[in-house]
Amino acid sequence: MTHKQQELKPVSEFISDTRPERFVYQMDSDRHEIALSTENLQVRYGDKLALSEGDLSFERYKITSLIGASGSGKSTFLRSLNRMNDGVANVTGKIMYRGLDINSKDIDVYEMRRHIGMVFQRPNPFAKSIYDNITFALTRRGKYSKAELDEIVETTLKQAALWDQVKDELNKSALALSGGQAQRLVIARALALKPDILLLDEPSSALDPISSAKFEETLMELKQYYTIIIVTHNMQQAARISDYTAFFHQGKVIEYDLTRKIFTRPKVKLTDDYISGNFG
Amino acid sequence: MNAKTADKVATGVIYAIAASVALVLVAMLAFILARGLPHLSWHFLTGAARSFEAGGGIGVQLFNSFYLLILAMLISFPIALGAAMYLNEYAKPSLFISIIRTAIEVMSSLPSVVVGLFSFLIFVVKFHFGFSILSGAIALTIFNLPILTRSIETSLSQIPNLQREAGAALGLSRFETVIHIILPAAVPSIVTGVVISAGRVFGEAAALIYTAGQSAPTLDFGDWNPFNLASPLSPFRPAETLAVHIWKINSEGIMPDLSAVSAGASAVLIIVVLLFNFSARRLGTLLYKKLTNS
Repeated sequence: MTHKQQELKPVSEFISDTRPERFVYQMDSDRHEIALSTENLQVRYGDKLALSEGDLSFERYKITSLIGASGSGKSTFLRSLNRMNDGVANVTGKIMYRGLDINSKDIDVYEMRRHIGMVFQRPNPFAKSIYDNITFALTRRGKYSKAELDEIVETTLKQAALWDQVKDELNKSALALSGGQAQRLVIARALALKPDILLLDEPSSALDPISSAKFEETLMELKQYYTIIIVTHNMQQAARISDYTAFFHQGKVIEYDLTRKIFTRPKVKLTDDYISGNFG
Repeated sequence: MNAKTADKVATGVIYAIAASVALVLVAMLAFILARGLPHLSWHFLTGAARSFEAGGGIGVQLFNSFYLLILAMLISFPIALGAAMYLNEYAKPSLFISIIRTAIEVMSSLPSVVVGLFSFLIFVVKFHFGFSILSGAIALTIFNLPILTRSIETSLSQIPNLQREAGAALGLSRFETVIHIILPAAVPSIVTGVVISAGRVFGEAAALIYTAGQSAPTLDFGDWNPFNLASPLSPFRPAETLAVHIWKINSEGIMPDLSAVSAGASAVLIIVVLLFNFSARRLGTLLYKKLTNS
């Protein structure tokens, strides 16, 4: 039987243009426990508006991915959440955490960052031993016995899936670790402060595929205890690990929804174009 | 001429230019060492200088040079460290900062004889410090401060920003981050810079002629009370250094073995400066290895 092979049309043609320009999922605070939310967040570098209308709520013990092309404002958004943009950019609007606007002037930024930890794109261990990397920030603020510190080091390294590789060389310099190991150490270091929320800024983009896969497993484990917000350029990664996904474009949140909805039937055409690789 | 030959010729020319720079140094070192080394002996290194007869040594001058160096470093290092920390870690671009930077640049290009004469007028005369180690150490500090500040600032700026972000993200204040994370990581390169600048300070003469003075009174090496004028540690005694001694005997020395003393002293000076330079790199590498366990 011969029949004319049907030409594949771009997905966008199937879907009528009645789709909305933006869709931001409103989290129902009765049904979901919200760890962090933003209201009217705007970020300016000098006169330039880098981010506007970043109203998002993040559910507790879930992983939320922030995706979007370079310069879309997703990293800017993430770095504003624990005030890493202080002194770099002008951030206005509210960031609500435990009923507190942590973007206000009278917040103790250093204390707040112990609740909202951050891991960066490139592993940045200190030029100290593995042990000291984890305990340093702790001992700056409180008194711990050696036994307590030992336990924290072991627990966090296990959580970060690094314990087995380094348990015999905790006093070795952290600078001798490989990229993937160093990034795990940095995670362990952040976990040692027992944060509520972990902000991850493209944490696996500097890792090789195997390290990256292990890293994702670790994140899936960690989400039992931590709320994770992750910026990623890797859309497969976002689809694999996250519960929610926010798509950023030119400084705006275009679509925010459950990850499976974003990746199967996005409500906004722009999101569709981005995840099908039509731009970005 | 095709591109390949042109490249070869150019490489050769550049190579020769670079080699000629090294050649100047090697020739100078060879000359000074060949002339000076035969005169070196334990007696020469430790003995007292003699003005009218042969057989004088450079013991006191050598001691003075090291003592002045240590004092000058003790004064200038904390100031330079503070200034560098401020400039690299805290300062935001402003008029104030650009004035400070210009000041440091101008200071580092001041002729050392000007620094010496200025210090003479202010510290020796006005403040009545007299020709003393103290005046000399202050003059050396002024001479050394801009270079040391810049060198430490460069060391700090080589520590990647990632380290500062890491500190901030862990809730450490900027001061804690600088003191406990940035500084330790920069130590190897700071040490290298300090030792290299020590070599420069050690060989400085012009800034000291009118401040630490041109006389080296005999020292009583049994008396370590810094408040006694004969004590080697006294900061109030005049102290001719090795470099000043070389200048002095060559301009007005009358001892019969003048050229031998001058050659020997020059060789010692050069050897010490070279030691500083070589050990600076080694020390830096060693510290870095210790720091990274590599």
